[in-house]
Amino acid sequence: MLSLSVNGQSYPVDVPDDMPLLWVLRDVIGLTGTKFGCGIAQCGACTVHLDGQAVRSCVLPVGAIGNRAITTIEAVGNTPTGQKIQQAWLDVDVVQCGYCQSGQIMSAAALLAHTPNPSDDDIDAAMSGNLCRCATYVRIRAAIKQAATGKIEILQTIGSAPEGAAS
Amino acid sequence: MSTEFLTPEPTESIDLQRRNVLKHSGLAIAFLWLGGTGAASAMISARRQPADTAAAMADGNPPFAPNAFIRIDSEGPVRLVMPSVEMGQSIYTGCSMLLAEELGVGLDQIKVEHSPPSDELYGIPALGGQITGGSTSTRATWSVLREAGAVARSMLVSAAALKWHVDPSTCTVDRGVVHHPSGRSATFNELAEVAGRLPMPDKVQLTDPTDFKLIGKPIRRVDAADKIKGATQFGLDVRVPGMKVATVKACPTLAGKLVSVDDKAARKLPGVVDVLRLDNAVAVVGEHFWAAKKGMDALVIEWDRGVNAKLTTQQLRDAIADSARNGKGIVARDDGERPQGTLVQSEYQSPMLAHATMEPLNCTVHVTHDQCEIWTGTQVPMRAAQEAAKITGLPIEKIVLHNQYLGGGFGRRLETDWVEQAVALAKQVPYPLKVVWTREEDIGQDHMRPMYHDVVSAVLDANGHPVWFGYRTSGGSVLARFAPGAMGKDGLDSDAVECVVEMPYDIPKAHVEWIRHNMPPGFIVGWWRGVGPTHNLFVVESFIDELASHAKKDPLEFRRAMLQKNPRALGVLNLAAEKIGWGGQALPARVGRGIALGSPFGSHVCVIVEAEVTPQGEVRLRKVVAAIDVGMAVNTSSIEAQVQGGVLFGLSAALYSELTIKDGAVEQSNFNNYRVLRINETPVVEVHRVVNAEAPGGMGEVGTAIAAPALTNAIFAATGVRLYKLPVDRKLLVQSPDALKSVVSTAAPERKEIA
Repeated sequence: MLSLSVNGQSYPVDVPDDMPLLWVLRDVIGLTGTKFGCGIAQCGACTVHLDGQAVRSCVLPVGAIGNRAITTIEAVGNTPTGQKIQQAWLDVDVVQCGYCQSGQIMSAAALLAHTPNPSDDDIDAAMSGNLCRCATYVRIRAAIKQAATGKIEILQTIGSAPEGAAS
Repeated sequence: MSTEFLTPEPTESIDLQRRNVLKHSGLAIAFLWLGGTGAASAMISARRQPADTAAAMADGNPPFAPNAFIRIDSEGPVRLVMPSVEMGQSIYTGCSMLLAEELGVGLDQIKVEHSPPSDELYGIPALGGQITGGSTSTRATWSVLREAGAVARSMLVSAAALKWHVDPSTCTVDRGVVHHPSGRSATFNELAEVAGRLPMPDKVQLTDPTDFKLIGKPIRRVDAADKIKGATQFGLDVRVPGMKVATVKACPTLAGKLVSVDDKAARKLPGVVDVLRLDNAVAVVGEHFWAAKKGMDALVIEWDRGVNAKLTTQQLRDAIADSARNGKGIVARDDGERPQGTLVQSEYQSPMLAHATMEPLNCTVHVTHDQCEIWTGTQVPMRAAQEAAKITGLPIEKIVLHNQYLGGGFGRRLETDWVEQAVALAKQVPYPLKVVWTREEDIGQDHMRPMYHDVVSAVLDANGHPVWFGYRTSGGSVLARFAPGAMGKDGLDSDAVECVVEMPYDIPKAHVEWIRHNMPPGFIVGWWRGVGPTHNLFVVESFIDELASHAKKDPLEFRRAMLQKNPRALGVLNLAAEKIGWGGQALPARVGRGIALGSPFGSHVCVIVEAEVTPQGEVRLRKVVAAIDVGMAVNTSSIEAQVQGGVLFGLSAALYSELTIKDGAVEQSNFNNYRVLRINETPVVEVHRVVNAEAPGGMGEVGTAIAAPALTNAIFAATGVRLYKLPVDRKLLVQSPDALKSVVSTAAPERKEIA
């Protein structure tokens, strides 16, 4: 019997050591905010924090976790950076279908915790493991910057032109 | 900048019983699926219909339910039932805005609900049923949902006026409260009981667009708060008491069958519950997904690979090319004899594509002796319920389908194959069964966007402008299977020629033919994010660019000259050109800009891509500028998001995506070999809008449909290489053999040291 520390709570789980954390969270503990997308650490939908580091839970055997603290999307809002990221996500209105966004937010929160003022390159490096098929990437980038600086990045770039533009 | 309407449309007065029909604003709508029956029977309506009583009863029996979309209880938020499904396109926000605008509530005062399966209550007339697809939702609901909100408000106001013995016209509504100048006020909750007993109003007054509080503004999504907390329930998140989890594997060779399964080893694994068989697939049931997956890996399966056992991509390509060149076509447009002049011709190829929604396909089903309960995210709730009825033999009213938020749709969830499979499996077991496809299954068993081969030609005048446009397109027909009644009498699939039968340009004559090319058995072609428009615009806009180059004209000026009779298309072209600074500063070497213009899904769009091609042939996206004219806007923030996401979805496919076939099976399996765009490859995507008061156009697929040719035209501008085949083949873009050598030589010393 393993004991996992998830979101500050201890969960005894009777599962094989090689079972990925993702399925323990989703199918055993019942925390479904962490998503399944690929099963081979290619899409990032399953991203959680292990002692504050972003990891892909779909390839992380629970037997390898030990007593390290697991944080999921359900509790990342309790951390200052997680809260800032979630607020920026709302302000910039990032989400579309939303399925990948748990993972996006977990990766972004870990980035901000370690790099409070990320450059575009920092964002690329930290976020390129998280796929979004709706391609919300433009707003993800804006939201991370807004969370970092507190400065309103964009609600939208959308402009308008007078009808006369058709001349 | 302001997004106010410059020429507001006059206040509308809507008559009782008026049927809200999707307008064909200039362009044909390929998804005109009414087909055989000729007319829709009962469909989406602003007023109560016979089926409403049972639907409202099942939805908590609220005291006030004036139509299929509004439920007001004696306390709590106003509940709005969404006719379309939410798969990322923000339609729950858009529909809520239309209803709330006229009802007189704030979006912070409402709660949205998925609709139950019902063509009668939620059917889109132009699609002939409860279907979310074809970028039709806003076009189909723009009038009817505002009217539905106005009907409800009118009844709530009448209820207040009755109570207070005052003239209803002296009452006002603000944020869910009816007010009277005397100082009296009552909330919608308080008025619900009385309003529920009043007759439907014959006529209702819709808000003048100049007074809109919500419509036309950038509004944040109603589903975002849950989505950022992981609290939104997608199909994959459904948990039912007593549920087991299965994963499934169908014969990788399409149209193959299951011969035998040795499951001895699998059944010994901890957590494995059962092994189930279907004609062409096997499923392992576990206490959780991981047990099912381990069980699947332990099976020894024998397949009968069938007729496709030796099939390859090349065979498919050769066959379709032959169809395009030599097959007998169905004429979609013909303007008589081809004029004399210089004839130019090219051939283009488009690949099979997967959908690869982030949420793999899944469906939870509980079949008992007298009921079948289903939880899944589907774009076609009623069709899914009907298929379940066929498989279980239960009457349709015994199928209870709970739709869920969709983790992406892109047309994949217009199908019902995975629901049918899950029902067929769940029928074999007493417990609720959640069937989860692996990503490998999701890609390997996709209902793919068809491949195409096109022969495109033009006769040019002395200035190099086309006076005749010829088009022979060959491909499979999605429509023929999905809605056979919607096929033309002559067998024409209108989707296959959309955006080419009617082009924005002033070209006097055209001849357009579709050569139906059936794929081998088991190759089920499906909708994608734009099927006809996305494929045709790649060919048409690439070819127009070729013609500009042939005429030695600037691609912008070449298009402008042919758009003098089409102000809306010219408007988006000029706007995009202005915003990117076309013709301004010279660009660096191997950097180019490509224009693409089109009028798909009732909207007008121009995208200009600026791309760099490295000497080694890698393509880097530097910037994208999009200009759109969607007519009246509902949510300008959603429009921006849909254009950004849609364009990037299309660029992703154009750069990387193709399903290839070996031994009759899809060769790609996961995101490691079905590559899609990542954030580090994503450029800025600016979106600009031409503001007017035209009828609303479609949005969800518009950006995708126009993306690919803007990219390939930019690559041509950067390198002089014209790409006739998608996805982009980097080998064709290598500057010289030396460019590759230089990369190898810088890497080589390190390798030697390691050796």
